[in-house]
Parts: sequence; structure tokens; C-alpha cells
Amino acid sequence: MSVIDLGFLIQKPPYKSETSTLGLTHAISYQVVDMLLEEGQGVVPKVCFVGEGVLNCLKGHKAMEHYGVTSIETHIKNALLVDLDLYVCKEDLERFGISEDRLIDADDMGAEKKLQIVPFSEIQNILNNSKHILVF
Amino acid sequence: MGVLTIGCFASLVGSKSLDFCLKLAKAAVDKGHKVNIWLSSNGTMSAKANQKHLKDYSHSEKYMKEFLEKGVEICECEACALARGIQKSEAIEGVKWDAMHWYLAKIYNSDRVIHIGGE
Repeated sequence: MSVIDLGFLIQKPPYKSETSTLGLTHAISYQVVDMLLEEGQGVVPKVCFVGEGVLNCLKGHKAMEHYGVTSIETHIKNALLVDLDLYVCKEDLERFGISEDRLIDADDMGAEKKLQIVPFSEIQNILNNSKHILVF
Repeated sequence: MGVLTIGCFASLVGSKSLDFCLKLAKAAVDKGHKVNIWLSSNGTMSAKANQKHLKDYSHSEKYMKEFLEKGVEICECEACALARGIQKSEAIEGVKWDAMHWYLAKIYNSDRVIHIGGE
């Protein structure tokens, strides 16, 4: 057995439903999946934001202030901090007129990973190379 | 025979997605496949015991009990359930309570995964 890639496709806007948060929290849980698997087995989530899902990646969420819940921004930062690969669709960012400097980073937390802006063709490749795809 | 894992995030009442998951699971079990079911988000309400089967609403308890007798592993997200006021003592006997990594581990060992997202 080996390590497998799982594609996580986040396509809903933030806070419209619970799905974006659940996509991120399920992905982050990969950190402890080892305790339920055998030696050498593992999963590597590849989180892809497409369509309205790219709106999750805008910085400056005020979820705690308005809804009393942990923000999706915090979940994205945590995901970067635990070295997940997070991909944002370049074409969809352009469609919404969102520049790279408006996107979340986790520099303040010391994360080495950053959101990766990639063309949709690359996201297709990532999903094609994933053993399973979970759509949120 | 294969291993099928179904993740269902939709509510029992208010959508037919969970009803679809249960019937799909039944078809797979009847064909001899191994089935795992992960209930998260609003899907956690379907594992609550003592559901009253009103004709206008979907009903899951009968399916759940039948699945458990046939070796289907059903697990619900503990945090999602507790956030909705569902206590473990109120759940259908035999349904597991765990966290999201349970779902990822089952996915790892599955031939097919069907992920039914929430509303």
C-alpha cells in the first residue's frame, strides 16, 4: 500500500453554507489519519478552490464578529500551517477581479506554504491524479 | 466484491439526498459489497434513534438498523452531532462516533467513494 492523493474541490462561496468549512476541516484531519491506517499508508489532500469557491480565499474575514464562529480564513491559515497544498483557480480569480495581494496568507503564523494560483488545466490534472474526489 | 464508502452531509428531512444515499447503500449491500457510511454536518440527524415515521418525511432508522445487522459501518461526526444537540446516548445503537479522519481512513481503503455534499 502507499500514500494516495485525495482531491478536495471547494466550489461554494464562504458562509452561504457549512460546506467550505467542512472541506477544509476534513482535509486538515489528514494529520491524524495515520493512526487508523497501517505502516506506510497515508492520504494527501489536494484542496482546490474553483468557481465561487475562490471567494473563500479573500483575506479579512470577520466571521467571529458577525457569526460567532471560527472564520474560513483561520481554517485556510491552519491548512497552510500543516503544509497542505491549496490551489486557487487563476481564471476564476480573474473573473471576479481578485488580485493576488487580496488573498489569505499565513505568514504571521510562520507557514511555509502559500495559496497557489494555478490555471484550471492544472486543477484538472490534480483531480485526475487523485484516487478520489470530494466535492464541497 | 468491492468496498464503497458513502459520505453524506445532507439532512434527513429537507432534501432527498440522504434518502438517496440510504437506498444506494442498500443496493450495494444487497449485491454483497462492503459499505461504509460517514454522516457529517446535517447528515448526523439521521442516526438519531426513536424517529417517528410520518408519511410526509424521510425516515432512516429502519435502514440504519438493517445496515448495522448486515455489517455496514456507520459513523457520525461527533462534533457535528453535538453542535446540533444530538447526544451519543440518543443515537441508534451500533452507530459509531468519531472524527473526520475516520472518513479519510475509510476512503483510503475504498474502491469507490460517493460524497454527497450538504445543502
